[in-house]
Amino acid sequence: MTTWHIILIASAATLALKLAGHLVPAGFLERERPARIADLLTVALLSALIAVQTLAAGSSIVIDARVPAVIVAAALYALRVPFVVVVIAAAAVAAGIRAFS
Amino acid sequence: MNDSSDAPEPGTDSTTRVRGDAASAESAPTAASRGEGGAAPDTAVRDGLAVGLATAVYGISFGALAVAAGLDIWQTCFLSLVMFTGGSQFALVGVLASGGVAAGGSAIATAAMLGIRNVIYGMRMKPILEGPPTAGERVPVWRRVAAAWVTIDESTAVALAQSNDRAARVGFWVTGVVIFVGWNLTTLAGALIGDAMGDTKAWGLDAAAAAAFLGLLWPRLKRVQAGAVAVGAAVDATFMTPVLMPGLPVLVAALVAVVVGWFDLFRRRSEP
Repeated sequence: MTTWHIILIASAATLALKLAGHLVPAGFLERERPARIADLLTVALLSALIAVQTLAAGSSIVIDARVPAVIVAAALYALRVPFVVVVIAAAAVAAGIRAFS
Repeated sequence: MNDSSDAPEPGTDSTTRVRGDAASAESAPTAASRGEGGAAPDTAVRDGLAVGLATAVYGISFGALAVAAGLDIWQTCFLSLVMFTGGSQFALVGVLASGGVAAGGSAIATAAMLGIRNVIYGMRMKPILEGPPTAGERVPVWRRVAAAWVTIDESTAVALAQSNDRAARVGFWVTGVVIFVGWNLTTLAGALIGDAMGDTKAWGLDAAAAAAFLGLLWPRLKRVQAGAVAVGAAVDATFMTPVLMPGLPVLVAALVAVVVGWFDLFRRRSEP
């Protein structure tokens, strides 16, 4: 698989899902349990991505400059600082720690 | 809408609020409970513009992160044009950044699973966009496809926050189109910036990616159940990292959502 294959397949899948919502008659996913699982799926995947992006280096767990950066990001989101500002601040914290250590 | 205070207010931090509302849009009343007539497509236009412009800006971070993950500028722009759903886009490049092309299967699966919520948004929007059956006018296919294309968290949230169906349609289209145009322009800008950066780790872009995921997750954590799933998934993915191939720990963590969702665990009685 090349990067293009991955991009094409993933784009086709997400676009098909969007079309399904508009073209397929409502049914299965509108029931309570599937709707709840779909909702929680988003939470679980995003949270797992945060953990991996913050702690993983290949197949090992590493505590490095990313950890304080994410803690700062959480504090800023709690203060309702806008997304773009928080992302830049997190990059700055990690870059700063790496530059001075 | 179940609570009018949920409506986005232009000029305030509308982005995070509306992202949160999109999460609860799944439990919002259907079109049948809302009227046709009534006021204020003006408010819908204003909401749409405010949310649309605020959201479009973070295409810059996506563009830069995608290039940092090893995509070229064409691939990055293709994702914003065709995939056009932020969570899946960030997830795809995030998994590719950690596992490379070898993690392609996991990257596709993660992006697709994050796109499932768009199916529900589409089901919510369909009857509203079609309008009352008495109008007798069938929606042309190209417009259905365009509507599906721009069905995302923000367009759905702005639409469902309006007080009647006409305003909801205006809010949906204004938000969707503004974000589509803006997101693609800022993606290109971000990709060019990322391309010029060189050593992305020295710039802290790996930490920026984590912060971006946190920003997408944050407004979804209002309920205890969601918080429990978030903690469980993070712990699961961390412990699986040394054991499984890169990309798979994220997929395994999805099981936490299935188990908690299936048995409806960690739900407070007082919560809706």
